[in-house]
Amino acid sequence: MGNLKYFTNGLIKENPSLVLVLGTCPTLAVTTAAVNGLGMGAATTFVLVCSNLLISLLKNYIPDKVRIAAFILVIATFVTIVDLVMKAFTPDLYSALGIFIPLIVVNCIILGRAEAFAQKSKVLPAILDGLGMGLGFTLAITLLASIREILGNGTLFDLRLMGENASTILVFVLPPGAFITYGLLIAIMNRIKLKFNI
Amino acid sequence: MAKKLESTLGNMLLSLVLLSMVMSAALAFVYLRTKGPIEAAAQQKEIAAIRQVLPEFDSDPNAAKTEQDGVIVYRLSKQNQPVGYAIKTYTEKGFGGHIELMAGFLPDSSIHQVTVLSHKETPGLGTKMSDLKFSNQFLGKNPEEYVLRVRKDGGQVDAITAATVSSRAYCDALQRAFDTFIIVNDSLYNE
Repeated sequence: MGNLKYFTNGLIKENPSLVLVLGTCPTLAVTTAAVNGLGMGAATTFVLVCSNLLISLLKNYIPDKVRIAAFILVIATFVTIVDLVMKAFTPDLYSALGIFIPLIVVNCIILGRAEAFAQKSKVLPAILDGLGMGLGFTLAITLLASIREILGNGTLFDLRLMGENASTILVFVLPPGAFITYGLLIAIMNRIKLKFNI
Repeated sequence: MAKKLESTLGNMLLSLVLLSMVMSAALAFVYLRTKGPIEAAAQQKEIAAIRQVLPEFDSDPNAAKTEQDGVIVYRLSKQNQPVGYAIKTYTEKGFGGHIELMAGFLPDSSIHQVTVLSHKETPGLGTKMSDLKFSNQFLGKNPEEYVLRVRKDGGQVDAITAATVSSRAYCDALQRAFDTFIIVNDSLYNE
């Protein structure tokens, strides 16, 4: 099926974190623990799919000159919904992610996909694109967060992998570790893309 | 594909106004649906923290709750015998600013247990204040004779390595809790 390529596009070829290098703010900031990465990814994916869907439905009713305002309105609504729902049902995750949930509004992956894809596409491709991009983002930041959590804290998804007093490389849970790990992941991704000619 | 709406003033106004209205309605709906669970979750967190810092009790925490300068004091009892006080205290002196603690005091004013509610300390350094290694040294201590200051400042508290500021802040919050405890306790006896 031809539509499938819209889905796989976001996973590797145009992975929003590792290839397009969009949405780096949450990518760097919340990835201190794998659970946070996964939660952030899930929240972003939800917003991405919903906003892509709605914007592609409404594309003919939004005049060009006010499209950005309309997109932000749609995105902000879904972000607030996620914010409220997480606050109500996953309070622990909510307090771990903190300010970065409301900040999904200004995540350029979402506005970028609305502008570059959803407003020009039919509904099904738009949903698949949102899903692919969201999953690509989730995979990338969960991987990043896992590496940081293992090296910096000795745990993975809060499971202890090393002894209580094992010395860990603290810098990995601090901001510089985020940049180091992120840079290395991008380099590996470039290498993979080059090798397999994607 | 249908024709795209022209960017005339009327069209722009109409589409944005309609979109805002629909979106606000959706938000209002979600807000009403989640309002209850959000309050319940916050309440539950508070009560779970109280249970952590005090021995078993059977009274309703919200029944005997007083506030003193931003510090919230819960008075708990079991079968009408006082169990102790759970005191939600704070400090602004953390390395990352605001820290909130829940401290449990027994009626004889000794510390039963302390737990950290929220903080913005450096991961791996200041966050160690939740570790038992640090927090266990306060258990059973009575701040009347136990000086709640780190050793560097002439107190009796062993600070966390490389996180003296966080340790100081922790002591500051505990001291505030203890001061409040004294005020509330005194006012009870004078009644």
